[in-house]
Amino acid sequence: MRKPEPVQVIKTRRDAALRGLVESVPYIQYLGVQFDRRGDELTAVLPYREDLIGNPLLPAIHGGVTAAFLEITSIIELTWSSQWADMEEGKLAGDALPPMPKTIDFTVDYLRTGLPRDAYARARVNRSGRRYASVHVEAWQDNHDRIFAQATGHFLMPTRDDG
Amino acid sequence: MKAATDSPMSTENDRTKLARQFIEAIPHSRALGMSLDEIGDGVAIISMPYDTRFVGNPATGVIHGGAVSALMDTCGGAAVMSHGDAPVGTATIDLRIDYMRAATPGQRIRARAECYHVTRSVAFVRATALDDDDDNPVASATGAFTFQRAKGA
Repeated sequence: MRKPEPVQVIKTRRDAALRGLVESVPYIQYLGVQFDRRGDELTAVLPYREDLIGNPLLPAIHGGVTAAFLEITSIIELTWSSQWADMEEGKLAGDALPPMPKTIDFTVDYLRTGLPRDAYARARVNRSGRRYASVHVEAWQDNHDRIFAQATGHFLMPTRDDG
Repeated sequence: MKAATDSPMSTENDRTKLARQFIEAIPHSRALGMSLDEIGDGVAIISMPYDTRFVGNPATGVIHGGAVSALMDTCGGAAVMSHGDAPVGTATIDLRIDYMRAATPGQRIRARAECYHVTRSVAFVRATALDDDDDNPVASATGAFTFQRAKGA
């Protein structure tokens, strides 16, 4: 029987793969979205900033920021889950970034006002075929039970020969 | 659609001015460098410059869909605010965006939104996003927005 990998080796490999993914996208860096990882489960975090406001009177987070946050969470989750097996087998090619899925459509429901504080989101891949994927994502702030926005998106999966 | 030409010129100008102030006071729209190009009578045109900070795919330099969403959402809200029934506020209920193609890197993205129907409390909006190629839209959107009327209106 093979000896299990030391836990630190596993953590370093997974964290490096996730960091590579998130840090490669300028817009994710611009919005300041971060990802918490527990095993394969990701939670996106959007730290509050004044320039994310869309309605200064309420004040409320911009609907476009919410949409962008949900779309980023969906794309990262989709890329992360589809490369998981390769990553675990050490098949990810060094610094080369995995090709990203392309958004076909994205529908956002705004359920409550986005308050001027941090937001969190988790995405679930409901179907991931060879070519198409369907993802659902939910975002909350103080209470996980009080979802403030949700979205469903369809994505075109990259083929091996896509750049 | 209700014609805005029914109302006196000054009222229409006031409304346009109000809508412009409404857009330009939005911190996130300012952060993305959006400019209001045209507004009035339920139609708004807002554009956003190409900016490498908003790139979603580093391999191609294409702008992230999220930034296009922000533009479409702002433009939809602006179209609602400029409607002839003069709402006092609006918020997005839902917004669906279809991405037809990648926006060409280096080009401005221009959204045109039209508030094509309002009820007492809901506004319906269609929008299109274009780059320099006017014949091939980058994305299209449909959305429902709240339509807040002034008390007693």
